[in-house]
Amino acid sequence: MSERVVIVGSSVAGVRTAQDLRSGGFDGEIVMLGEERELPYDKPPLSKQVLVGSMTEDEIGLLGAGGWDGLGVEGRLGQRATALDIDERLVQVEGGDEVEYDALVIATGVRPRTLPGALGDHESVFAVRELRDGRELSRALAGGGPLMVVGAGFIGAEVASSARSLGVDVTMAEALQAPFARALGAEVGQHLTELHRSQGVDVLTEASVAAIETTRDGAVVRFADGRSREAATVVVGIGTTPNTEWLASSGIPLEDGVLVDEGCAVQAAEGVYAVGDVARRWDPATDVYRRVEHWTNAVEQAHVVAQQIIHPLAPAEAAKAPYFWSDQFGTKIQMVGRPHDADRVELHTFDVRGSAKTVALYSRGGGFVAGVTFGWPRGVAACRSAWAAGQPVEDVQRALLALSSGMAPVA
Amino acid sequence: MRIHADIGKCQGYGNCVAIDAKHFDLDDDGMVVVLDDAVAPDELDTTEEAVRSCPVSAIWTQAAGGPADE
Ligand SMILES: Cc1cc2nc3c(=O)[nH]c(=O)nc-3n(C[C@H](O)[C@H](O)[C@H](O)COP(=O)(O)OP(=O)(O)OC[C@H]3O[C@@H](n4cnc5c(N)ncnc54)[C@H](O)[C@@H]3O)c2cc1C
Ligand code: SF4
Repeated sequence: MSERVVIVGSSVAGVRTAQDLRSGGFDGEIVMLGEERELPYDKPPLSKQVLVGSMTEDEIGLLGAGGWDGLGVEGRLGQRATALDIDERLVQVEGGDEVEYDALVIATGVRPRTLPGALGDHESVFAVRELRDGRELSRALAGGGPLMVVGAGFIGAEVASSARSLGVDVTMAEALQAPFARALGAEVGQHLTELHRSQGVDVLTEASVAAIETTRDGAVVRFADGRSREAATVVVGIGTTPNTEWLASSGIPLEDGVLVDEGCAVQAAEGVYAVGDVARRWDPATDVYRRVEHWTNAVEQAHVVAQQIIHPLAPAEAAKAPYFWSDQFGTKIQMVGRPHDADRVELHTFDVRGSAKTVALYSRGGGFVAGVTFGWPRGVAACRSAWAAGQPVEDVQRALLALSSGMAPVA
Repeated sequence: MRIHADIGKCQGYGNCVAIDAKHFDLDDDGMVVVLDDAVAPDELDTTEEAVRSCPVSAIWTQAAGGPADE
């Protein structure tokens, strides 16, 4: 067993790795380096509860009541890793320190992609990734709108929803023709777009942003086709970039993330693992390397790595059904599987004790590849076990019917 | 060990069910249901994994109350 585990990155993937190591019986040293000075906190509430004020900063802490000591971790915050030497097994830290490791866990996540112009001035233009962003955006929204969300992704959609619930006017601009289609496909993207429009979000399509200029009382968003809009606050959510620059000279295989095997281990470097948003893990079932930016994925991979460090010879746990949730306008949108793999999508409405639940079932050659539910957690739980069992889509539909009181008539 | 759940906190994310279906389920409203609150020693790893998979810390385990509880 390793003597000292160094974890770089102090967010959910890093913290859960430490927690899983301890609960698995690891009694060596654990050192965690984190670039941010904040105590580890959870990110999903930043675009939801934190913005509307229904959760405080204390409530999103990840360490638990015992803090660092309770966990038995030496937390070194405000310390950014700048380089890795896999032969000497050393992590270099900004300022000149070096930290030796027996096992290294790379958990540095991703950062928002930026647009040319005035991104991230934290006065009127924001990306939402860190606690500081959530804090300052929440203050900006409290000052009223209008708000412009650039990019119809999940985080932008959640910010739009939170802002609407605060009574702020919201416009959402998507470069493509169909908002949300990238993640969910055209049909389901359309369903979600309608939800936004019904809640008063002005959704602009084929609106590719050319520039954002900050002004005295906000910003002007200029589109490639000549349109422009003024807004008091602009939130940009146009994708992310993995934080791997510090590994550039290490010799570790990087390709839109850190390439790792089934057990989240870097094959070219002994004792080095990657977890969470930064990791591109090999999936033996499909022979594809995939990077996934979902909370549950980070937690699952943390568990895999902790097990690998404690029991290096044991086979790695197989990946579970990909799973993601998003909360928008009081509706829980939950997704299982990989919609991209589908050659067919069907939208169904089930009657659950008088309330209509929309479910999208994605299939390929009749096999169930993904499911998206709107406001029906029990339905998505059934989809998750069906995905894991490799059921045909017909069986999934039957299972959902059994959970409901029938298919609702199409409105 | 015994399982405790704070229904008020549960958001119906269902991660607990996906990991430990022996102890957890969801009701029609998407709230967690503890099917069996007693965790045998050989089940503890899985239940603890389920506990850590909850995004809102709505479930936890605690040593059972008294000897009669064991
Ligand atoms: C606003 C928002 C809402 C979200 N909502 C949902 C949701 O509803 N459902 C869902 O499934 N997922 C959601 N996600 C995604 C989920 O939060 C991520 O998948 C998860 O945070 C990934 O965790 P991570 O630890 O891998 O990476 P991150 O959370 O990105 O953490 C990486 C950490 O590493 C640190 N770091 C980076 N470089 C260095 C370095 N060189 N040295 C030291 N430290 C470094 C960073 O400061 C950061 O703290 C959301 C994300 C955001 C931002
Ligand atoms: S994981 Fe947590 S939030 Fe999700 S259903 Fe279980 S208890 Fe509820």
